[in-house]
Amino acid sequence: MLQKKNLLWLAALAIALFVPSIITNPAYRQIAVITLIFTACATSWNMFSGYSGYVALGSAAFYGTGAYTMGLLAVHWHVPASGDMFWLVPVGGLAAMLVAIPVGLIALRVRRHTFVVITIAIFFVFQLAAINFGFTGGTGGLTLPYVPWLIQDYHIPFYYVALAILVFAIALSAAVRRSRFGLQLLAIRDDEDRALGLGVKVFPVKLTGFAMSAFTIGMCGALYAMMQGQIYPQFVFDPIFDISIALMAFFGGFGTLLGPILGGLILESSQQYLTVSYSNGSLYLILFGVLFLLVVLFMPQGIVVYVKEWWTKRQDRMAAASEAALAPGINS
Amino acid sequence: MNSSALIHAVIDGVLTGSVYALMATGLTLIFGVMDIINVAQGIFVILGAYLSYALSVHWGIDPFVGLVITIPTLFLVGIVVERAFIGRLKGPEKTAMSILVTYAISLVIEGSLNMIFSVNDVQISASYVTKTFRIFGVYFAYIYVYGFILAAVLLTALYLMLYRTRFGASIRASLADQTAAALVGIDVKRVSTICFGIGIAVTAAGGMVFGATNAFNASTSYDLISRLLVIIVLGGMGSLGGALLAGILMVTLEDIVGVVWSPVWSIIAFYIVLVIVLSLRPQGLFGKQSARIA
Amino acid sequence: MTTLLSAQSITKAFGGVQALNLCSLDVEKGSVTGLIGPNGSGKTTLFNVVTGYVKPDAGTVTFEGSDITGARPNKVFAMGIGRTFQLTRIFGRISVLENMLVATQREESWLRGLTRSMSSKSELDAAMEWLDFVGIARLAKLPAGSLSYGQRKLLELAYVLVADPDVILLDEPAGGVNLTLINEISQKIRALNKEGKTFLIVEHNMEFVMNICDSVTVMHQGANLVTGTPAEVRSNPLVLDAYLGGGEEQDSIEEVANG
Repeated sequence: MLQKKNLLWLAALAIALFVPSIITNPAYRQIAVITLIFTACATSWNMFSGYSGYVALGSAAFYGTGAYTMGLLAVHWHVPASGDMFWLVPVGGLAAMLVAIPVGLIALRVRRHTFVVITIAIFFVFQLAAINFGFTGGTGGLTLPYVPWLIQDYHIPFYYVALAILVFAIALSAAVRRSRFGLQLLAIRDDEDRALGLGVKVFPVKLTGFAMSAFTIGMCGALYAMMQGQIYPQFVFDPIFDISIALMAFFGGFGTLLGPILGGLILESSQQYLTVSYSNGSLYLILFGVLFLLVVLFMPQGIVVYVKEWWTKRQDRMAAASEAALAPGINS
Repeated sequence: MNSSALIHAVIDGVLTGSVYALMATGLTLIFGVMDIINVAQGIFVILGAYLSYALSVHWGIDPFVGLVITIPTLFLVGIVVERAFIGRLKGPEKTAMSILVTYAISLVIEGSLNMIFSVNDVQISASYVTKTFRIFGVYFAYIYVYGFILAAVLLTALYLMLYRTRFGASIRASLADQTAAALVGIDVKRVSTICFGIGIAVTAAGGMVFGATNAFNASTSYDLISRLLVIIVLGGMGSLGGALLAGILMVTLEDIVGVVWSPVWSIIAFYIVLVIVLSLRPQGLFGKQSARIA
Repeated sequence: MTTLLSAQSITKAFGGVQALNLCSLDVEKGSVTGLIGPNGSGKTTLFNVVTGYVKPDAGTVTFEGSDITGARPNKVFAMGIGRTFQLTRIFGRISVLENMLVATQREESWLRGLTRSMSSKSELDAAMEWLDFVGIARLAKLPAGSLSYGQRKLLELAYVLVADPDVILLDEPAGGVNLTLINEISQKIRALNKEGKTFLIVEHNMEFVMNICDSVTVMHQGANLVTGTPAEVRSNPLVLDAYLGGGEEQDSIEEVANG
């Protein structure tokens, strides 16, 4: 059983490795990269918020921090416009993590309902700071060294780095789920005060989870910035980013390992495709909103749990049916 | 900076702040009674503003008179939204999901408003929007005073309803403890529906004043909702008095910082105050201490 | 006999309600001590003070001679004081076994939790052993939220025991439980007590208390009224007065002040 599961993961990875050879249109390759980036963010968001129950809606602050770290360091350190810039991706992650620690120190002291709102507020502080401080280039944006790869194959290196980040995020999320630390996060989700009374040091545990999740999200932001070559505060510090990754996790299955991966792959790719194909923004907003409502209302626990429950019910029904067939006359 | 600018800032802060307080009261009422964080509050304000705008442009109805139509309309919209979507949420992640659901609702309304009214800024016009009077050496448009009076009247009405009527008592009981309220025979579901209606209805008035004092389009709602959220967190989530005070305080502070330093800093100061207050008092100014037991 | 756990002159008010008023209590090592009193006499508040969930306004709590007044609940637990709650609290969305594992690390640094797996072989064995002891080992793989009320009580007892605390505070272990289970629980307590565990029990079921306790303290209006053997307490006229006179449901007031 375990073997089979591992094989499935490997098969998925193998397919993912070949995607750039199958998709050759640069526009669609870009969709693929962005989909991977968002899926990694959703997975890593879920590793903290899904496991601990502390729904953070300000993770765009870490995404933007990663993006600006990449941009500013590449510019000021005169990093050559080449693959060398990829080394700044983990640096972006580290910067995001460093930023997450003081943010967490403030935000994690409150009850979880208030936490949601505070993360939103802190996010706006970052967005406003990026717009108003001189060194970010303000709303005019910041131009990064542009890597002179051929347009046709420009996205391929980004694709593989994004895939590596996604694999890292999944591995981390799985490892956390199996660790004592992960168990403590789950206990906090179910009853924080009880966990405290059983010796769980809830505050450092929450803060560590929060900072770890910021690390991956920061790397994603850095990669995105490098690929785009130009960043604007309103796009890397985007409130829709927060809602999107939360939706992906809820859509797939909040707090499960597989959920945010499925949610990210399905939602982000279709969203990107729709944006590229239809230019009417307003209609798109309405469609997205309606889809969103349908998901939350009809599959509140997400696809993964929904399918699992459906499967168990089916199994039970089949078992009951075969039992009934085996015992004729008793129940009739 | 001069003293008249400062006076202007303070008066404007109190007048405008009261309108924010009204909108924030709706939001905190919904949270307190239902554990729902209604991030669509911002777009409902804009919806209210557009309704008043449409009535005045197409039928020449005065925005204040139009409230007779827009307040009940938004109350009904609130009831329908609660019955159709919000009331269905349950389970341990109810609050988190409420954010997603209300955000989705807000996207649908935003898209629809964009299609109907386009994305160009509009502003509600009336004689008192442009006509000014002089007080303490500074000029004010009448709309600010009228808006303040409107907010004060509605808030008073709301408080009278909450503290003088039987239904208000059941709302306050639900605010204090939903389980206990249900145990003593209060129909919490009905209370929730009506509270959501009331919480949305106040945005009709708030939106009308907002739309007369600011140019707006549908995306203005993001700025609005972030301010309203900060106000209710600062006041203490679920605290009506907290929302009232924090609303006035925050807008006044923003205006003062705007004249003393620069408008760029005013909105950042708004958030920085929040962060400082929460570091010292995580439950907000008037919030209930978080319970460890029970 | 030596005193293991001691609360001296604890005072605590919630708003205007004086929940504890110079309350003192000693728990002897190796004893089963009962804590009884009318509703609202402050028993649960005293538990909360001892276990670090509520900070007292005045007074001291000592455990094995060291002052633990105002220590955080995780610290108190790490020192060897385990407790259950009146309204049973378990982790509903993880499995019964995982519930047990949450509690197996009372002295471990939180950093260590990052690098180690959820459980070691010995922890798993200990967890299964205690589940078996309370009789719910067969439910180990189920989500804890699917347990019945009685099973939850047993699980809560088991996961407190798995951390091997020196003293165990039980808040109404017999409350809302059927007679068979009550007998079962009191047998478990006796067996554990024989092995040297100390118990402090809040309970309304008098028969249960009188059967199982070596010493009983009666609380009234936030203070300790009488302490003695079950027989002494039963025959003390002050106790009867306390129960007949002061039984206004102050519990609810306390809850409102708390929440």
